Amino acid sequence: MKVPTDRRYAETHEWFRPDEDVITVGITQYAADELTDITFVELPEVGRKVSVGDSIGEVESVKATSEIFTSVAGKIVEVNASLADRPELINDDAFEEGWIVRLKPDAPDPLQTLLSSKEYVSLVKNA
Amino acid sequence: MAMMLEELLRTPLYDTHVAFGAKMVPFAGWEMPVQYVGIIEEHHHTRTACSAFDVSHMGRLRLTGKDCEAFLNRICTRNVAGATVGRSYYSHVCREDGGILDDVIVSRFENHWGIVCNASNREKIVAWLIMHRQGRLVEIADETRTTAMVACQGPRTIELSKELTKADLSNLKRYHFSVHGAGPLSIVTYRSGYTGEDGIEVVVPAAIAPFALARLLGTKDHPHPVIRPAGLGARDTLRIEAAMPLYGHELGEEVDSLTAGQAWCVDLSKEFIGAEPMRKLHERGLPRQLAGLELEGKRIARQHAGVFSGDRRVGEVTSGTLSPTLGKSIAMAFVAAETMAEGTALRVEVGTKFAEAQVVKLPFYKRPR
Repeated sequence: MKVPTDRRYAETHEWFRPDEDVITVGITQYAADELTDITFVELPEVGRKVSVGDSIGEVESVKATSEIFTSVAGKIVEVNASLADRPELINDDAFEEGWIVRLKPDAPDPLQTLLSSKEYVSLVKNA
Repeated sequence: MAMMLEELLRTPLYDTHVAFGAKMVPFAGWEMPVQYVGIIEEHHHTRTACSAFDVSHMGRLRLTGKDCEAFLNRICTRNVAGATVGRSYYSHVCREDGGILDDVIVSRFENHWGIVCNASNREKIVAWLIMHRQGRLVEIADETRTTAMVACQGPRTIELSKELTKADLSNLKRYHFSVHGAGPLSIVTYRSGYTGEDGIEVVVPAAIAPFALARLLGTKDHPHPVIRPAGLGARDTLRIEAAMPLYGHELGEEVDSLTAGQAWCVDLSKEFIGAEPMRKLHERGLPRQLAGLELEGKRIARQHAGVFSGDRRVGEVTSGTLSPTLGKSIAMAFVAAETMAEGTALRVEVGTKFAEAQVVKLPFYKRPR
């Protein structure tokens, strides 16, 4: 399984990548593959304040609906508007083009407690 | 994700699925392919060409003995008395109170009868048959593990089967079957399916099944130019578009066949287990029934989602999907009789919100003829 090392992961299968002063959030390719063909993404409002553990949207596939949770507290500064017309971007490229939101973290170093790519891979393998 | 404690069964075609890159999932105690390349792509391929589905997990029972006909006519909601050799009959098997134990296909062979039942209900149905056979001369053999079953579905199936087997199936009518060979080596071809397309379902001995499927599909590196494998995911979206009921969704022990919208397979003029309560229901009128819903937007209504008329809850979703063929969000639901009429405006729970919906005629999709 290919999992980028430039970011951190949550046990609920979201990834968090530091991009200068914001954090880009998406779901992992493993999660996208498990959901199968994604047909709809419910995105949060830009400007919304979120706390750790908050649901920031939903990803829906022909098979299931799954909530997206944030492991970082902050403010939503951007959403991936392309997903409205092309939700399949998440299936095609979950780690890059299929990103979901960008948020400005409340605190510095917000990713410290999250899983490394190695830890995430072993979590999935032992699932 | 839950730990798998139960040992899953594998069909004789397991290795073929893995070789073709299938994503395998547990389903009714079996390890089955949910998809190979993608549910939506497999769905479209079935509607436009030909897909092969492994349906070997479904229960296949063989009944012999001189009392089979009378016995099955007592067990089944459908009238199978005087059944024609070479024909299959879709039927329900119900409890005394009319609750549906399973939906089955009963086939009349020359010297025996066949039943195809749902994988999840196989043991229950075998036990039910044994319990109700009483003094009748009926032998029941479970042939699920000694055979395999493959469904080839799609508008090009009949033309391709002629190419592959030299057998011309164009004269085999829907819900008829033909038998090739004899005894344990026989191959049975049924003109039936669960996708809303034309097609066949073929039962072959387990030992030759992988070779037979390889003949259809080729190999991963040299695939057949038209026939492609498809998984349970596409099978579900296809059957929802065709409004075919699925046990555990539209059908179950808490529902009777009339409420489930399947009155066509019920003969209230004959005696069968569950007839009495269904006659009463028929006389009084059904308080709720299965309806088709078309939702606004792209959200999918999931099983058990509430259906509302204004603020009043009038029903519950049984199955929903984003129809790949129609590009619309569709669902089936049990709704109160007074909200059954086509065009009735309702609201359906999707996630934490509501979608506007309206009652539409079933099926959602009918193949062009």
